[in-house]
Parts: sequence; C-alpha cells; structure tokens
Amino acid sequence: MSATGIGASVRRKEDLRFITGKGQYTDDVIRPGETRAAFVRSPHAHAAIKSIDISTARTMPGVVAVLTGKELATDKIGNLICGWMIHSKDGTPMKMAPHPALAADKVCHVGDAVAVVVAESQAQARDAAEKVKVDYQVIPAVVDPAQAKSGPQIHDVAPKNTIYEWSLGDSKAVDAAFGAAKHITKLDIVNNRLAPNAIEPRVALAEYDSGTDQLTLWNTTQNPHVSRLVIAAFVGMAPEHKLRVIAPDVGGGFGSKIFIYPEEVVCLWAARKVGRPVKWTADRTEAFVSDAHGRDHVTRAELALDANGKMLAMRVKTVANLGAYMSTFSSSVPTYLYATLLSGQYDIPQIYCEVDAVYTNTVPVDAYRGAGRPEATFVVERLVEVAARQMGIDPADLRKRNFIKSFPHQTPVIMAYDAGDYNASLKRAFELADVKGFNKRKREAAREGKLRGLGYSTYIEACGIAPSQAVGSLGCGVGLWESAEVRVNPTGSVEVLTGSHAHGQGHETTFAQLVSERLGIPFENISIVHGDTDKVQFGMGTYGSRSGAVGMSAIVKALDKIEAKAKKVAAHMLEAAEGDIVFKDGKFTVAGTDKSAAWGDVSLNAYIAHKFTGQELEPGLKETSFYDPTNFTFPAGCHICEVEVDRETGKTEIVNWTAIDDFGTVVNPMIVEGQVHGGIAQGIGQALLESVIYDKDGHLVTGSLMDYSMPHAHDLPSFQVGLTETKSPSNPLGIKGCGEAGAIAAPAAVINAITDAIGTEELAMPATAQAVWSALQRGEPRQAA
Amino acid sequence: MSAVSMTVNGKAVTGDVEARTLLVQFLRENLRLTGTHVGCDTSQCGACVVHIDGIAAKACTTLALQCEGAKITTIEGLADPNGPLHPMQEAFRENHGLQCGFCTPGMIMAALDIVRRRGNDLDEHTIREQLDGNICRCTGYHNIVKAIAAGAKAMAKGGARQAAE
Repeated sequence: MSATGIGASVRRKEDLRFITGKGQYTDDVIRPGETRAAFVRSPHAHAAIKSIDISTARTMPGVVAVLTGKELATDKIGNLICGWMIHSKDGTPMKMAPHPALAADKVCHVGDAVAVVVAESQAQARDAAEKVKVDYQVIPAVVDPAQAKSGPQIHDVAPKNTIYEWSLGDSKAVDAAFGAAKHITKLDIVNNRLAPNAIEPRVALAEYDSGTDQLTLWNTTQNPHVSRLVIAAFVGMAPEHKLRVIAPDVGGGFGSKIFIYPEEVVCLWAARKVGRPVKWTADRTEAFVSDAHGRDHVTRAELALDANGKMLAMRVKTVANLGAYMSTFSSSVPTYLYATLLSGQYDIPQIYCEVDAVYTNTVPVDAYRGAGRPEATFVVERLVEVAARQMGIDPADLRKRNFIKSFPHQTPVIMAYDAGDYNASLKRAFELADVKGFNKRKREAAREGKLRGLGYSTYIEACGIAPSQAVGSLGCGVGLWESAEVRVNPTGSVEVLTGSHAHGQGHETTFAQLVSERLGIPFENISIVHGDTDKVQFGMGTYGSRSGAVGMSAIVKALDKIEAKAKKVAAHMLEAAEGDIVFKDGKFTVAGTDKSAAWGDVSLNAYIAHKFTGQELEPGLKETSFYDPTNFTFPAGCHICEVEVDRETGKTEIVNWTAIDDFGTVVNPMIVEGQVHGGIAQGIGQALLESVIYDKDGHLVTGSLMDYSMPHAHDLPSFQVGLTETKSPSNPLGIKGCGEAGAIAAPAAVINAITDAIGTEELAMPATAQAVWSALQRGEPRQAA
Repeated sequence: MSAVSMTVNGKAVTGDVEARTLLVQFLRENLRLTGTHVGCDTSQCGACVVHIDGIAAKACTTLALQCEGAKITTIEGLADPNGPLHPMQEAFRENHGLQCGFCTPGMIMAALDIVRRRGNDLDEHTIREQLDGNICRCTGYHNIVKAIAAGAKAMAKGGARQAAE
C-alpha cells in the first residue's frame, strides 16, 4: 500500500480551504447586481387563499418585485414532482397531488410559500414580505399519520389522504407460518419525525443572461444534474442546455439536499423576470418549515419463531407520513428502501409488509440519512431483541441462530445479499465491548443507584444504489449509474470529473487516492472536479452511500480505458507491440526489456502526437465511463451500546459504544471512521433527543434550534469503531459504502440498551429523561414468554 | 445608516451600517470575509463564532455597531495566508475534525477560547462540556474533541501563539 493509495488514511485535500475560511459555499457566492429574496410563508397548516394584497409591500424601500403563485401559474412554470412511481396493491398509481413552487389556491402546511419579495437587501426583502397581506380561510388540519385517513382531505386527487396502499411479500404464507409458530413477538413502534439540520441552510442564487438566454443556478444540492433535469424537463423553466446548475461547497446534506425545492425554482423564475441575480438564503426556522423531514412511521410489527428461536415469519404494517406534498423521492423511502430490508441479517423464510403512505398538513417527508433502512432496522432489531428477552434466550445467541451464513442469499423481500459475515462482526464487537464483563459492570452501577443496560443492533443496509434496470423495474424514474471522465493533461497531471457530489464525504481525497494508486502518480498531481453541470457531462449525485461503490467504480472503468490508450501511445514511442507493454508504478515497460517510458512522457506524447499518425491513433488522453453496477451493495455490522440510566431522573448516559462494520474495501480508514462517527451521532440523536413536534392544529412547535434538540458534544461518548471485511462482488473495487451505517444501526442499539436497563419495552423515541423516567414509573415488569 | 470603525484581523476598517446590521453581516457582506458562517440565527450552532477583543462571541447575535473600536479576529485572521497554519487549524486537519467544513471556522474559534479559559491541557470531558455553544452535524464530535485536545497541546509547545491576540 502506498502512502496515498487505497487503504491509506491520507489527510484531506479539501481541508485547507475549510480551516482557513476559504470555502466557497453557495451563500459565499456574490454576483454583480445581486438582489435578495424573502418568501411569504403560510402561518396556517391548512387554508384556502382568498386573496393576496401586495400593494403595500410593493412600495416598501428597496423592493424590486413582489411575485405570487398566480403569476407563476400564468407564466406556466410547472409543478414539482416525485420521481419514483409506486403502485398500490390494487394496481392503481400513487396519487401525486400538484405541488406548485408558490401556492396559488390553498396552503397545505405551515411554511408553504405563497409569494416572494425581491429587494436590494435581505433586510428590505424581509421587511416587505411582512407587509404582504394574505387573506386565508383556515381549514381543519390533520397531522398524525395514524389519523390521516379520517382527517380533512388535503388534495382532490387523494381521497382519505391516501397516496398508496402498497404491499410486498406473500401474506398467505406469512399467515400460515404465524399459525404454526411457538412464539410471537408483537411491537407497536413509532419512528419519530426528524429534521435533517445540515448546519449550512439551503441557499439558491439564480442569474439570467439575456444575451445568451442562459440561466445559472448556484444551489446547495447533492445532485446538480438531477436538479437541472427536473427543473428543465418537468418544471419547464428552460431547456436543459440553457440551464447550468452549480453546487459549490455544500455544508452537509444528509439527504435533505437531494430534492428539488420550490425556492430554487422561484429564484430562477424571478431572476429572469427582474433581470438581475436573485439570492435566497434560508434562516434556520425556514429550514425547519421547508427542508424535507425524515422518518415518521407508525408501525405494528410481529415476529413468529419456533420453540428453538428459529425465525419463521415477519408481518409488518406501516403508515408512512409523506407530509403535505410528495417530495422528489419520497415514495421510494417507505417502500423499496424500507420493506426490502426487513429480513435484516436473518434467514427469515416469509415476510409480508403493508405500507400505507398518507398526506398530512406537515412539511414533506423524504430521504434522510439511511432513508427507510433505519426504520427497517429499528423494526427488525427491536423485534429480535424483545423476542430474545421474552423467550429467555441471550439476544446475541438468538441472532446467531438466525444469521444468514451462506451467500448469495435471496430474501423473501426482493434483495439478493451477495456477501457478508455477520458472525464475524458480532464476534469482534462482542469482544471489543467486553460483553463478558457486562454483568460485573451492571452490579457495580447498581451500587451507585444506576441501571445499566446493553443493546445490540446487527443491521444491514442496501447501498450503492444501484443497477438502473433493477430500480427502473421498481418504479424509479431515472437510472442510477454514475459517470466519470478522466482527463490526463500533457504534463501528466490528471483531472477527474465525477457525477458524484461531495458535501463532507471527502471525495477530493478518496477519489484521488484511487487515481494515485492506479496510475502511480503523485496524489498532489490529481484534482477532482464535481458539482457543475457545465463541467461534468452528467451524474446522478451523492446519496444512498453510493459514491464509493458506483462513483469510484466509474473512475476505475475510465482509468481502464486511459491505460489501454496510453499503452498504445507507449508502444509507438518504444517501437514495440502494444501487447508487450506493461504498465506498473507509473511506468510503461516493454516486457522482458529495460526499455521504458515514464507516465509524463507518454502523456506528453499523446498530445504532441509526433510518434504516430492521426490515422493510426487519435491524439489526446481523455476517457469517459458510465458505470452501472450489477447489484446493490450490502454493508452490515454490529453495534453495541451500553448505557447507564439514572433511576431518579431517567437521564441516560451512553457509557460505551462499539461499532464493527463491514464496508468491503475501505479506501481511507480515517474518512470512513469519521462517517461512522457522524452516522452514530445522528442515530443517537434520533434515539435520545430529536423529534419534530407539531401541535394538533399543525403548528410546528420545534421550529428553531432552541426547541429542537440537536446532539451536542456533551450528549455523546467517544466511539470504539472497527472493521471486518467481505468484499462486494458487485463492483470492481469491492466497496460497499459507509455513509449511512451509523444512522441505521444506532437507534435500535440505544433503545435495546435502555429497555434492558429499565426492564420494560414500553419506550418510544426520543428516550428523553422524561420519557425514561415515566417508563420507570409505569414499571410494569417484563413479561416472560 | 451609521458609520462604524473597528479593527478586523489587524486591519482598520470602516463602513456604513444600519442599526440592525449584525456583525456577521458586516463581516460577510461589507468586508467579504465569508469564512464566518450563519447556521441558526439563534446562538445555538456557533458557526458564526469570532473573537471580539480576544473573547469568543457569536457574530450572528452581535450588532456591528456594538463593535465600534473593537478588535475582531475571524478565521481568516488566524494565520498569515503565506505562513504556517495556526496549530489549532493544523490539529483539525490532522485529526479529521471536519467533514463538510461549515461549522469548522466557528469550532476553531471556540476551541481557541476554550484554551484561553482552560489552558492547554484539556481532558475529553472538559472539551465536550465547553463545546456546548457549537453544533456539528457531520462528525459526531469524536474527532473534533481529539483535534481540540491536540491543538491545545501544540499551542503550548509552539510558544503559546494565542489566537485572540
């Protein structure tokens, strides 16, 4: 392994600009003549818009324009869309309601935008926005997904507020297996609604050049090309070739910056109307009422086992809250990213899952770190842990009895797991967490008046999303390959243009490590270019832990072509047969001789083209690849959480966290560990602290960081993390992906640990001190099987 | 509009601002020092932390006019652009204490204030408690805590080049 190749913890290229304040985030981009936008947002969860009076606002100082949803409709700006088609059990398509970028007739959630003010300064725009008078006729709202079907109908197209009633699996076979079961564990689970809260709020800056009829959008997005495609082809803002989308440095995404939002559409439209650049920068409260939220499931789950603890079948019924409108990929999250993972790491012969997706008067819900897989893992790992406790079987032992041990393994819910060793990660975690010493620690804690508990989460996820044909057959509106273009310069330095997008993941470093290793050239001579539709031809962006498995694989394929072409050039230079050229450590050698050419000489010769005719070989050294993998990847692992609960206050302290993950090939262990830490923190946040709360009328109670509890440094422990490795057979590097694992694994580990400590399973997330204290007061003893 | 004068990163600056103009707006929009960020508007996240007369403060809840005559240090002022990095900056890079980088300037400025108040030998518990005013969504704090401990030590070794000069 070289110092900068695959497997090395290389320090990150991107850090210098960030630690010196030289990062270029969207809000740092300032265009000549720039104006600022402020949105007028609904204070009501559900209301008809009777009239909008902009006469006062228009005359306020600095105001350039005040635009409403009526004008948006007049200008024929199209609606936002959801790009993944789901069909109900009865074959009918999902009920996608119109989602205009500015509401014209009615508002459907607090924060729904109805007008925009464009002014010389942000303060002036906000002042004027307060003077826009909207006459609302308030309609009763529905907030709780469990009540959605009987609530006031939000959209004409969706009776009973039902978007789809979907199912996966064989219900009759599951019923039969339950009938034959010796033990059945039943759980009612609420997966709490979360706000992604990337620390950089969303920003859109749009500019129109009337001379070239060209629109440019600087935007906090995880996938600029998909953004351009949707805004061009569906919203109809401009032809695709007349719209450039640039995602500069992006300050965290976690899924929330995948989606195409109303604000960027409105800024583009407004920039063309007013003839000046228009910038909108969200404040945190706007983020809470306009960024897509995550999770929000209500579930009844059942697991059937035989007398020996062998799992026979699982039955799951979930109501998924998709909010007021269908966000870009929302339909896929509680279906193909959720039910398909309900087999966990276990050999479960039969699984049946029903999912009803509903509209409510809340902010739209879409993918948030893990997207469906944390919800699935929570269901599976709570069921398994509770079943073990009820049956009097050690939870680790019950898991081991049911682990899938041979591969490939076809689950009853679509997925074909291709590689893994679940025993290996459990065993290592078991040792690292010193589970054997737990009972002693528990006794010692008891002497201090503390309740100690231990919880496992042996999770699996499907990442590297994924073969285009496969996702297409499941309803996805786009292909999920990735592209790479490798440009070798005449001096031998290399630029890689990738369709992946980094917003914290460190691609500029890891992708360069791959190139450095493969071409044998210095790490410093490699640049990674991403996030600009004018530079990168097309790309699918970064989400679903796909940039390593899919994005880097595309680079591998382009590098294969580079090597093949360079060998041809070297053959001409060295006057040898192409088949005799060996490329190793950055040097081209004629096999069996000492004749060689260095990388830089070959690069130069490719461009000066003096050694070959243009008829024999095209000059230049630049290759492109579009890579489509053969399967999803299946990262998996074991997290063990140990907690101490204060009996008097209910406060939980996480005293030990052990994570052993199998991500296949690891390119940069330092970066991978960082991804695991961050994911665990978000999972612990969900389990202990975070929850988006609406009152019954649909008003957001948790609308700022004063009300919504984000994990702080003192809420978290340091983490013990380690790796096991089985390579993914589905891509050339054997990478599985690591970005979401922590967020997927952690919530179940925390709740399993706390319920172990307090001796009752009745505990909802977030397990705040109050919730745990209340559970302790209820104090019903755990039921034995 | 009122005139305001202060020293920012060692340079005397003046500007005309509204009474309601925040220090962070003055830094970002008037001076184009965009390393200081805004993440929450309500003093929770700490992405906007700068030093005012040597003490950490949240620039999103400080009026520019309050800083008349003050000495302000931002992330851009910690190290000479052509010279070595400040040890705390270097420690964040060395320990992978950042991912998306958005909270990082505020974290580094807050870290220096912890060193100012608590010294160069910082244990994990102290760092975690003292970071109450800063939120990171990417790192889970694990490496930030390591970076601050290492940076604090390096500052002692490096002849105590204190941040908030």
